[in-house]
Amino acid sequence: MKGVMVVCEHLSGEFTDITFEMLGLATSLDSGEVSGVTFGAMGGKSGELGAASNVILAGGGDDFNPETYAAAVKVAVEAHSPGLLLVGSTSMGMDLASPVAAALDLPLVAYCTGIEASGGGFACTSSLYGGKMGVSSQVNSPAVVMVLPGAFDTDAGRVAGSPTVSELTVQESGGKVRFSKLIEPDAGDVDITQSGVLVAVGRGIGSKDDIELAEELAELLEADLACSRPIVDAGWMEKSRQIGKSGFKVKPRVYIALGISGAPEHIEGMKESATIIAINCDENAPIFDIAHYGLAEDLFDVCEELIEELE
Amino acid sequence: MGEHRYQKYVEKENAVIEGIDVSGAWNRMWVPRELTEYDFTFLDKVTDLPGGESMGWCYQCAACIGVCPVDNVGSYGPRKLYRKLQTGLDLFNHSDLWLCTTCNNCLRVCPKEVDMMQIMPAVREQAILDGNIPGELQEMLQNVAEYGNPMGESARKRTRWLKKFDEPVRDLTKEPGEVDVLWYVSDYFSYHPRGIDAAKAIVRVFNRLGVDFGVLGRNERCDGDSQRLCGETGLFEELAEHNHALFEQNPHERLVVSDPHAYNAFKNEYPKLTGTEYNVQHYTQFLAEKIEQLTGMFTGEFPRKVTFHDPCYLGRHNGEYEAPRTLIEAVPGIEFVEMYRCKQQGYCCGGGGGGMWLDGLAADHTFERLSENRVREAVDVGAEVLAVCCPYEVSRFEDAVKSTDNDGKLEVLDIIEILDSCIGDEEST
Amino acid sequence: MKIAVLLKMVPDLVEELEVDASGKALDTEELKFKLNEFDDHALEEALLLTSEGDDVVAFALDGDGVEKLLFTALAKGASRGVKLTGTQSHGSGGQAAAFGAALSDGEFDLILTGVQSVDDREGQLGPLLAAHLGLPCISVVTGISLDAGVATVNKEYSGGVMAEFEVELPAVLGIQAARQPPRYAPVSKVRQIQQSATLEELVVDSAGPGAGSEVIAMAPPETGEGAKMLDNATALLEVLRAEGVA
Repeated sequence: MKGVMVVCEHLSGEFTDITFEMLGLATSLDSGEVSGVTFGAMGGKSGELGAASNVILAGGGDDFNPETYAAAVKVAVEAHSPGLLLVGSTSMGMDLASPVAAALDLPLVAYCTGIEASGGGFACTSSLYGGKMGVSSQVNSPAVVMVLPGAFDTDAGRVAGSPTVSELTVQESGGKVRFSKLIEPDAGDVDITQSGVLVAVGRGIGSKDDIELAEELAELLEADLACSRPIVDAGWMEKSRQIGKSGFKVKPRVYIALGISGAPEHIEGMKESATIIAINCDENAPIFDIAHYGLAEDLFDVCEELIEELE
Repeated sequence: MGEHRYQKYVEKENAVIEGIDVSGAWNRMWVPRELTEYDFTFLDKVTDLPGGESMGWCYQCAACIGVCPVDNVGSYGPRKLYRKLQTGLDLFNHSDLWLCTTCNNCLRVCPKEVDMMQIMPAVREQAILDGNIPGELQEMLQNVAEYGNPMGESARKRTRWLKKFDEPVRDLTKEPGEVDVLWYVSDYFSYHPRGIDAAKAIVRVFNRLGVDFGVLGRNERCDGDSQRLCGETGLFEELAEHNHALFEQNPHERLVVSDPHAYNAFKNEYPKLTGTEYNVQHYTQFLAEKIEQLTGMFTGEFPRKVTFHDPCYLGRHNGEYEAPRTLIEAVPGIEFVEMYRCKQQGYCCGGGGGGMWLDGLAADHTFERLSENRVREAVDVGAEVLAVCCPYEVSRFEDAVKSTDNDGKLEVLDIIEILDSCIGDEEST
Repeated sequence: MKIAVLLKMVPDLVEELEVDASGKALDTEELKFKLNEFDDHALEEALLLTSEGDDVVAFALDGDGVEKLLFTALAKGASRGVKLTGTQSHGSGGQAAAFGAALSDGEFDLILTGVQSVDDREGQLGPLLAAHLGLPCISVVTGISLDAGVATVNKEYSGGVMAEFEVELPAVLGIQAARQPPRYAPVSKVRQIQQSATLEELVVDSAGPGAGSEVIAMAPPETGEGAKMLDNATALLEVLRAEGVA
């Protein structure tokens, strides 16, 4: 068995959750040695990567740079020949997985929510079509698989330990992409990651005007208002209220989704909520797959009824 | 009880004030007034457009302001637009372009025949070509173009309301052939829950009457009239071509519509494009002709106080005020009461001319929604039920009933629902 | 300046999605296709980045509705529309090879495409294409400014955090969102363009990545228990009260 290599993603000096998800997943695959690739100063934190038996310090600067990091990963793969390379299906992962796969002529599977060793290679399930279909692929080994955040458990991968550490020499190259700086979001008036109860609106709300209704409901429930990406893109709510892949990850006690279909990018941001209640007039909306309670009714009717009762 | 504020609007054909005859007709000035020291660039930009000419004829008499429904809850009307154009308003790039609901009340009283029904689409079309279009409207237009309905629902689901509905309905895509009545159902009757309630009522009434009718099924697309009025003539033409072909492929004696906007489209606008005259009736006209048969079918009563809202596109635009009243007054037990602003003076619900999808913008420029103003009037005349016969209205008025805290005091029903509730289950002989 | 925009038609999620008899692909009978919304943003951003004299060239792979797609791009302001015909492989890998072949002569300063699409199982088009062309690529871009052969871009991470990068042109960018919503193309303008403009056609025969990964099954996701569906708002209120929220 050739082993599983995990690209250990990090931001601002901390490994991100997806890293631990992938490490946990890698160990569960029972496909040989699990190794982690770290970048820049993150090598100093290899003690957090106890789920791996060895950690490869690949250099490449403290902040993510697609050019240098991809070059480094390519060298790591060439040197260690793993049977499987796991990369997060994240903003950073997107710019890493394809260059590495293309350079090494390896098959690539994205949006993976499930994987197991099978027939000399791997059987992966990918979440496609806005979460409405699970597509299973048989992929030869060695392969690159992009893992969807939230699909696996971080606890299994969060193991302290002392993996063996090796350093990789990577030639300086490219220089066409330069990292300038990180831009932190504006504080905003509320930190939704701290909210106990959230009322989130999605495209189903229809218009900026109608958000008022959700606001009323939120007020009565003493909840904070949040939203999915399209609402922010349309300029109807501030980015500080955005939940999802490029927004915030929240874990409130109660999460009420109004008119949100449940695309994976949004689910990523809220699936760990303790109680998820979804209201969407489309009974086939993927959100009902992960919600605890659902109501396939018109959200305006439901909100009005609730508001009336609560007042 | 003193006079209601809307009772004091009296319209007279002739008036002599302090010995001076100010009656409208002969007083018309056919020569433009002298106006100096104004830059006419912005006004010319409107009047230079085909369809925009009449904007230049305004002589500021303000008869329109007295009847403009938007001015009643804000500040608007042709006279004011003219004045603003005169003083430098770029109408092509301003929210004022999108507040008019094309209700026709201004043209009705205008001595110079300034026609917003021509001006608005012309200016709006140019504005859209220039890239100035309210976001709410853009989404609706994209939905109509893509899916054939403004809601953005799948075209295939247009006949979903027929599933699990145990009344026979002939879907001409499955049972083609000649039919007496081609019933054009329309978007809201096909997709909106309250519209579907009314659609089912129409089916039951038609079946009890023994009407030989069929529907176009999934092939039916939006009539396009409101889209035409908010500046998308290209889309309107596409829809007209499509629907006209359907009408031709499905031979019928008459075309009956649920929607006054479709009525207006098929009666007045489609013929300009297709050269065909359609034998079209609004369902109230079709049923009013059968009033005796209908009356014989009533087994139940409707002992409620009911008022009626004249839809702009059946009433003022097409002169039909009687057919709906014939139906309402025939209902056993009904107590019919008129609102102050009725028939020609009917007050617009705000849905026409694209208004149905511009509530967000309108809310920023009016202190009350047109539909809320109208609902309050219905309550003021003591009605328990507000009867309507245009698919835009049910949802608009039901929302307004809630937002004016009249939930439980005023019910909104399509006329067909009232008729249906009084008719027994047996097919009439 | 010359910008290439790659447009893809994808299954419209408004329709019901069903699996066909093979169990491995979508049933195409009820399927409707529309422009990938992120590609629409890519086109919008390209139009906003360019001015008089610049060229925005829209590329699309042959298929149902591709002509209307390209004419609409022209109506929005693209200068040329190019349809790629020939034999190509399906999937994002195949698309990358096809677009890569069309763009191999390096005439473009910038290549924009949507960050992802609903059917890109083999990976996102932007990075795959960039690998083919040997160009740098940044994905999840929401802000671009250009100056002297360098693009300064904002790349989104999670939690509202963004990273600013400088990329030397030519480069490929995967667009998450244009700086304003995609503009409207009036139907009359599209119809007029359909009469007056011609689309270019380019024959591209290309093969996708080797048979390293194959779809073996497609099905709606296993939901586990899924939501407990409630009957009405009153039932929902009970749940809220039980949670101590109402």
